[in-house]
Amino acid sequence: MSGNIDSGGRIHPGDPVVVDRYTPGARANHWVTAICLILLALSGLALFTPSLFFLTGLFGGGQTTRAIHPWIGVVLFLSFSGLFFRFWKLNLWKREDGEWIAHAGDLVAGHEERMPEVGKYNAGQKMVFWGMSLLIIVLIASGLTIWDEYFFAYTTIPTKRIAVLVHAISAVLIISVWIVHVYAAIWVRGTMGAMTKGQVTGGWAWRHHRKWLKDLVTADRQR
Amino acid sequence: MYPPLPNPGTGPSAPKFGEKDLVRRSASTVTPPAQRQTQVAKLIDVSKCIGCKACQSACQEWNDLREEVGTNDGTYNNAHDLTPASLTVMRFTEWDNPETGNLEWLIRKDGCMHCEDPGCLKSCPAPGAIVQYSNGIVDFDHTKCIGCGYCVKGCPFNIPRISKVDNKAYKCTLCSDRVAVGQGPACQKACPTQAIVFGPKDDMKKWADGRIADLKSRGYKTAGLYDPQGVGGTHVMYVLQHADKPEIYAGLPNNPRISPVVELWKGLTKYTGLAVMGAVAAFGFVHHMIAGPNKVSAEDEANASKLAGGKS
Ligand code: HEM
Ligand code: SF4
Ligand code: SF4
Repeated sequence: MSGNIDSGGRIHPGDPVVVDRYTPGARANHWVTAICLILLALSGLALFTPSLFFLTGLFGGGQTTRAIHPWIGVVLFLSFSGLFFRFWKLNLWKREDGEWIAHAGDLVAGHEERMPEVGKYNAGQKMVFWGMSLLIIVLIASGLTIWDEYFFAYTTIPTKRIAVLVHAISAVLIISVWIVHVYAAIWVRGTMGAMTKGQVTGGWAWRHHRKWLKDLVTADRQR
Repeated sequence: MYPPLPNPGTGPSAPKFGEKDLVRRSASTVTPPAQRQTQVAKLIDVSKCIGCKACQSACQEWNDLREEVGTNDGTYNNAHDLTPASLTVMRFTEWDNPETGNLEWLIRKDGCMHCEDPGCLKSCPAPGAIVQYSNGIVDFDHTKCIGCGYCVKGCPFNIPRISKVDNKAYKCTLCSDRVAVGQGPACQKACPTQAIVFGPKDDMKKWADGRIADLKSRGYKTAGLYDPQGVGGTHVMYVLQHADKPEIYAGLPNNPRISPVVELWKGLTKYTGLAVMGAVAAFGFVHHMIAGPNKVSAEDEANASKLAGGKS
């Protein structure tokens, strides 16, 4: 197997060609993580700013919002860990990624043809992946530090002040990364299928992840 | 002796302050009342305290709280710390005065200071869970508290405690319910030596001046009033024999202020945070409007077919 594909990928000839991108396991894992992240963002933002305090209503009031948020955080952490071990290898930084970044302006301006060919993930997706990974580690560490219901006695109040500040800042960052992630999935049409049906069209793969497609075809021939 | 407050009449009387007298309300904006009530203060004269804990008992009695029977830790401290059931505790310090060679027994009644600029209220995310009345009293509204513990992080004096029973924050109310009907706090009423007096803040300062002059005449050169300006002054003040060293009184902070970390968390982080998230979302929106969707073309599909078609 070449460095651009994992075991899940298969090509189904037809019109259009259809390519498997995510296994049912990976998709379930992704959606559990996504739901947790959204619930965390809603419950966290409710405490972040008074103008969004009404969001506590979604969780059955302030007390339950406060109580449930860290537990969802724990589920998110475990679930994201699953995604991390599934995806980390293909998210390792490659030579073409620097070049991709240098051409990011072309992508935004609609000249994707000027971009280098990339594997299963482009540099933008890789940055989302590593950004999320780092931020989730920071969020769980700072979150546990301010989870006073169970862990109050383990840290001092000055430490907790720093932790709550770090937690709030990293929450802002991860929500921003998440907006970029969701926007990219909407803007690049045909992407959603990867996480709903698990499949994309050959044309999508050709346009956005040509190296991945080529390697899949090669691997298919060798089978 | 400071003239004791008269007992109230037995008939019902309207509370002297309420919702309309709020100057601050957590996670809310309030228009402060046009007329501010007389600022009140409790003055605790550490030099007069005999450590009898009548105030502690009176506090539990009035607030209907019972501390668990604890253990003796070798000091007179009991309870050992503030808890949801002990809103005030006496903190005993044996201090070796290097100048006189005397052992001084410093007994400080700890509890909420009722800051003019309360860090607890600044930190609280729940609208109305912490309020400040125009007479200076900072009070918690337990029906609105969500138990997040942010007030604990905001307070420069380490005062609020979260109950393990109902997950709500507890601290001294300055007996807002008693003050509302013209009474002083229960602790003040119970104190047998008038180490605690209560009244208008200006009067308390004047009363303190007399006490400080007396202490100075007895050789306590650095006697003074503790009314820390870093939190805008407090509505619980101390007369200290050694006002230049508040920290010897079981860690009473010298120059307390709301932690800059808390200020940053509750200030810049909120505005910048909302702006950043808003800007990222707006970028996506505008980009989509200008650039339109990034669609796969028929040519892309044809290329893919050609590439994959080589198979089979
Ligand atoms: C990973 C595990 C996480 C843990 C253990 C955790 C824990 C906590 C805790 C204990 C609080 C204080 C309020 C409460 O007790 O509920 C809190 C606040 C908050 N959390 Fe989390 N959290 C985690 C993940 C996240 C994530 C992923 C986000 C963003 C999507 C987030 C956003 C927030 C926000 C915005 C606040 C409010 C901060 C403020 O008031 O300034 N948290 N979190
Ligand atoms: S614990 Fe209660 S009073 Fe304290 S900050 Fe949270 S909601 Fe406010
Ligand atoms: S001492 Fe602490 S709890 Fe009391 S008013 Fe000041 S900040 Fe709030």
